This record gives sequence, structure tokens and C-alpha cells, in this order.
Amino acid sequence: MSADDQRFGFDRHIHLPGRFELVSGAALDGIEIGYETSGKLNAERTNAVLICHALTMNQHVSGPDPRTGKPGWWPKLVGPGLPIDPARHFIVCANVLGGCSGTTGPTSIDPATGTPYAMTFPVITIRDMVHAQAALLDFLEISQLLAVVGGSIGGMQALDWAVAYPDRTRAVVAVATAARQSAQNIAFHEVGRQAIMADPAWVAGSYETSPTAGLAVARMAAHITYLSQEGLTAKFGRRLQDRDRVSFGFDADFQVESYLRHQGLTFVERFDANSYLYITRATDYFDLAAPHDGRLADAFTQTKTRFALISFTSDWLYPTAEARRVVRALNAAGAAVSFVEIESPHGHDAFLLDAPEMNRVVDGFLRAGE
Amino acid sequence: MTVAHSAALRADLVVIAAIVPAGARVLDVGCGDGALLTALRDTKGVDGRGIELSSSNVAAAVARGLSVVQGDADTDLGDYPSDAFDMVILSDALQAMRAPDMVLAELLRIGRTALISFPNFGHWRVRLSLLLGGRMPMTATLPVPWYATPNIHLCTIADFRMLAAAQGLTVERAIFLAGDDAVGGGSANWRADRAIFLLRR
Repeated sequence: MSADDQRFGFDRHIHLPGRFELVSGAALDGIEIGYETSGKLNAERTNAVLICHALTMNQHVSGPDPRTGKPGWWPKLVGPGLPIDPARHFIVCANVLGGCSGTTGPTSIDPATGTPYAMTFPVITIRDMVHAQAALLDFLEISQLLAVVGGSIGGMQALDWAVAYPDRTRAVVAVATAARQSAQNIAFHEVGRQAIMADPAWVAGSYETSPTAGLAVARMAAHITYLSQEGLTAKFGRRLQDRDRVSFGFDADFQVESYLRHQGLTFVERFDANSYLYITRATDYFDLAAPHDGRLADAFTQTKTRFALISFTSDWLYPTAEARRVVRALNAAGAAVSFVEIESPHGHDAFLLDAPEMNRVVDGFLRAGE
Repeated sequence: MTVAHSAALRADLVVIAAIVPAGARVLDVGCGDGALLTALRDTKGVDGRGIELSSSNVAAAVARGLSVVQGDADTDLGDYPSDAFDMVILSDALQAMRAPDMVLAELLRIGRTALISFPNFGHWRVRLSLLLGGRMPMTATLPVPWYATPNIHLCTIADFRMLAAAQGLTVERAIFLAGDDAVGGGSANWRADRAIFLLRR
């Protein structure tokens, strides 16, 4: 790889022309992908690690986000001296299909009309996201991945990689995730979507200014699911926000209210409401066992991919039971699988925080395949 | 009966490592930090998997490049299909199971053979401790006091033979140790502090 290869580096964009077929039967007329790479692809092209991002993250896993100026979103796991290390790995991360950070999604211009797709954008699936990532890897001339790594719905993509492209996927690290979206999680997504669609500013998706009220509520509801009762109690308890007594009104009396409002307000500055609808929908549709009459093991028959699954004790969004279900299926399929449940009070968000045991597992697991 | 890394292995694990056939597909139930699986992989090309209760042990084993799943042998062996392994190993853990009889049956459902090591509660020190001291025994293989021990289902070599027979299992080999030394079968039930059984269906 030449050092000045324009395909490599932070904050890249590529247009992939041609018909991009979707699982639904619809198709897109060409797609854009926003992505970043870091580290150096070795001569044998065997050290590529694909990182799949969660619902509202983006491709800026290592490099700074040019929009917010914030550093990469997985600083505990990805970086120099960390388990995913640009000194050893060629790290690729792409914004998911349907996203709003450089990859084709509802904010993109529909070439057929010259206006944004908005709600005419076709409903996409996790598999479509994976297909888009594979198309990017074709463009980067990477035929096989050392590993696909992801947390939350990034973990769903990582698991789906092993199913969709078993020969391209030597190893999967799936953190705080599941092989299907649960009823409870679909329910929370529906609350978020209804909040967006109930905002008059949404105007059936054809807004020019974001329906921030609805999107903020969607984020607030979702954010609760990323935390835990234990974590919220420790962080906020019943403490009041900048006051000594309750106001007998509906201000943010409690710190936890103020915190959630802040989460909602900052989110709407960086995320598109329609994108939120489409990506949550894609997640709801995810069920690796569905094509196999509910037998998850059959999705992994004959797999040669190595798997590492990690869950966290206080994660009730993607609880340990869901990870164990995947492990059971992989055992039944005879796969090489490792699994650990890590003690943490931080709920689903634990996967993004400092977790030395997770790092130890991911590091050893990746090195065993190098 | 020596394998590389044997210096790091407990005496019964050295014996187990010597018995496991090269290239076998092996499940180590209660694999700890993966010391045995590592030795088996490095010296015998064994395709090994492990189950381990403690998450820090799992992390240590995965860091060695092993495929190890956090789980409880009492409840999670049902996750494995029948005949998935050539050999299933349960070293020094049978006595800590809530239902050793069910675990034994599961081991020989999952594996064609099973290698099981356990501390012998018929050892003379144990007998003497009860007989003369009137106290629950604490020995080299059973070092924890009765109220804190994880060993809730201790048995003697004779007890184990009866359980295996009751389940219709065949004893392929039985090896008895007093410390690091082998002990003959006839006197094993009082002289051996550890037993290793190779069973098949």
C-alpha cells in the first residue's frame, strides 16, 4: 500500500456506482460511504480489522469527528498500545447505510428526483449495512478480515458478517449484543420513533429544520436503556439540580432530569431524525435465526470463524442471556467460541467505558489469530 | 508421563495430559486459567475448548488464545450437543458440583470418553482425622475448612466406582496418586489422595 493512497486515512468518502440491491427487494442507485482507516495494511493484506459502530455513532472510531471535534468514540479499546492497535492493525470503520455521517441515508439526495430521500428512502436491514461494508472492502481491496469488532448494533453487524461472508471473516468480537432484537428493545425503539413522528416539525419526514423536540425525547428514552438502575442511583440519586428544594413545577428539579434533557439537546445537533427511524427499524428486523425456522445454530453451520462474545452484568438492553443464546448456538455448530460476562454497574454503556477485563479478552483473542 | 509445561501443572493434570490422545477434540470443564488446555494445544495439537466459572480465569484463558466460555458445569453442559468431543475433562471439580451424578452423565453424553480427577475422601489422613480427631479433615488436596469449602459432594474411590457402574459406564483406566507418586489399585482407596478415571459409555 502506498503511503499516499487516497483511499486510506481519516474522514474519507467514496461513491460506489451501480445498483445496490437491498434485502427488501428495493435498490439504491449508487451509494456513498463515509469511512476512516488507520494503521497500515500489511503486504499480505491480512491485518484488517473492521469496526462496526452502534446506533448513533459514526465512522470516527479513531480519528476526530470533524463535525464535533471530539476524539474517536472507542478510546478505551482502539488506539496505540490498546487491543486494536494501529501499530499492528489496519483499522476500518464506516458509517452505516441509513446513517447521517457521510453514508447514504434518508438525508442523501435521491438521484431520481434531485431532492433528499427523506421517507422515500427504502427500509434497510443490518444485512444491507454489512453488504455496504463489504462493498467498501472490495474498493479497498481487502478480501479477508482479521476480525470484525462491534458493540451493540455494531455487534449485530459483526455477527452478521460471519453469516453473510463466512470466508471473509476470520474472527468476530461481538460485545453487548444479541443475535436478535428483543420485544422489549423493539418496544423502546417504537417509543422513540413515535416521539419523532408526533413532533409537528417532522412533517411526515420532509422537514427542513430538524424535529428536535421529538428526536430529543427519543434520545432521552433510549439513553435510559443504556444505563442501569444501579448506575443512575450512584450518579444522581434523588439529588436536586441547582436548588435546595423541589419547585412544585415541571422544571428539571432533579439532576437526572437535567442530565437527560442535556443528552437530548446535544443529540439533536449531531443526528438526523429520519436516520434514527431507519436505523432503529433495521435493528428491529434483525434476527439471525429467522431464515432457519428459529434454529440459531443453523445460521453458523460449518463456520470456521472464531468468536468472542462479551456481555456486562448490568446491561439490560442486551443482557447476558442473549449473549449466552449465541454462545449456545455456536457451541452446537462446533464453532470456536469464547464468552465472558464482565462485572460492571454501567449498564449497556459499559462496553464504551474502561473495562480492563474486556481489553484483556479482546487482546488475547485477536493475538491468537495473528 | 511428562509433557512440556508440566512443571506448571498439578500432578493429576500431568497424568491427564499424558492420557489425552494427540489431535483430539477436547472440552475441559472447569478449565481455570487454561493451563492444561494450553499444554495440550502446544504439545499434542489438541483442539481444545473450555468452560470456566470465574470471569477473570476466562479472561486469562482467552488471553492465552484458547476458546473458553464462562459458564457453570452444573447448568450449562446442556448447551453442548451430544458427541461433540472425543474427550471431556473434569479435573478436581466433580466434588464441587451440585449434582455430580447428573454432571457425570452429561460429560459422557457430550464426549465419547471422559477423564475425571477428584480428591479421594477415603485417603487414610481423612479417615484418621475423623476417627481420631473427630474433626472434618483438612489435607493437602482438601485444604479449606468445612464451612468455606466448595467441595460439597466429596466421595471415595469406591464411591465413584459405584456411581460409574450405576450409570453403566466402563472404566478404561484408573490412575491413583499419593502426592506425585502412583499408587497400586488394591490399596488405592486408603493410600491415594487423588484419583483419575478414564471412562467411556
